Amino acid sequence: MEMGFRWDFAYEILPQMLWATLNTIIAAGVGYAIALVVGLFFLLGQRTPSKIVNVINREIVEFIRSTPLLIQLFFVYFVLPQFGIKLSAWLCGMITIGLHFGTYLSEVYRGALEGVSKTQWEACRALNFSTVYTYRRIVLPQAFPIAIPGMGNYLVGIFKDTPLLSTIGVAELFHAATAVGGYNYRYLEPYTMVGIIFLTLSIPAAMWVRNLEKKVNVAQGKLKQ
Amino acid sequence: MSYFAFLAEHGTTLLLGTVTTIKVLVCSTILYVIISMIFGLMRLSKNPAIQGIATVYIEFFRGTSLLVQLFWVYYVLPFFGLSLEAFVAGVVALGMNFGAYGAEIVRAGIIAVPKGQWEAAHALNFSPAKRIKRIIIPQIFPIILPPAANLTVELLKATALVALVTVVDLTFEAKQINSITWLSAQCFGTALLIYYIMARFALVPFLRWLEVLAARKVGR
Repeated sequence: MEMGFRWDFAYEILPQMLWATLNTIIAAGVGYAIALVVGLFFLLGQRTPSKIVNVINREIVEFIRSTPLLIQLFFVYFVLPQFGIKLSAWLCGMITIGLHFGTYLSEVYRGALEGVSKTQWEACRALNFSTVYTYRRIVLPQAFPIAIPGMGNYLVGIFKDTPLLSTIGVAELFHAATAVGGYNYRYLEPYTMVGIIFLTLSIPAAMWVRNLEKKVNVAQGKLKQ
Repeated sequence: MSYFAFLAEHGTTLLLGTVTTIKVLVCSTILYVIISMIFGLMRLSKNPAIQGIATVYIEFFRGTSLLVQLFWVYYVLPFFGLSLEAFVAGVVALGMNFGAYGAEIVRAGIIAVPKGQWEAAHALNFSPAKRIKRIIIPQIFPIILPPAANLTVELLKATALVALVTVVDLTFEAKQINSITWLSAQCFGTALLIYYIMARFALVPFLRWLEVLAARKVGR
């Protein structure tokens, strides 16, 4: 077998890899969208006045956060059919990623809400604003910028965890690379290209998040221009 | 089959897998701590070449997926004549990946030590080695341990990936039992529980204890 990087082979499989990249981006996007919503539910569970709900919510979040995403994927993919729920690998993957990262995002939301000064709440109470109005016009506009960097970081995080989906047969980039590699019995080029594609997508994304973080800090007066 | 019958039959296998998981965790923790210290210090170097190498390393390992790195180490390195055993490949990939994240924590920790401490040590004519060893490092630990603890819990979760390069750890055993018995809820559920117990009742309390110890050392 020929040693070293074969450029012609890399060029030959490039279109296939780029198509699969599209799937990876879709998976990350959909997973992220679900995670954003799930995070809101966990946040609700955390902020309801009921103690029991709080504790149950806390335990669920802790459990999901301290177990590996990989086994959660297997669990959802293999166990749900036993209860008669037949979902495609795509759907299982999206649900699991949404749940897993939803717990992380709920922490981001919580931090952001706590980042809004308490005096803001007191001022709204003094002005006789309703709770909904306070959230909508006073608290959320101030909390959102605080949450942006954390939210951005988890978007990049989800993107980098999508290769795990290949283990349950979702045809994303890493799955395509393994398939191509197995077919041609050459793993050097496909896996290297996966790495390069990930780098070219995630480094600009991470830089963009860092930039946002700086902007937020400047806007809040924590950092000088 | 009841759950207890399942445990009686497959419990030992899962526990043996757990031992391997712990081995992977310990080895890769040692490796990632060493790498983070080296690259965290390099990142603060005034020499642009050394700083550049560290930046490239950190951006590279943080920019790509751990799974891709793992497969690259295990399946691609043999193309360059370097065949690693699955366990070693797993530990190396985990250690190098988490070392990149850890390096940023170390860098932030060193920056967080007030400049006056360096200057005071200088003024007292401490040698550079003594300055680092006696003044800076004891103050760094309380700063870097909380984020490092989070990272270590992430590492425990990430060790599950080494099953995909045929390391016979807890995840691998759970998958194996699943493919033989098709008792998916039992075997993956038990695996999830074991990971949860390891993280929540062993690793996290241990790391909290270290944090308290480090804080007490500097009189907080």
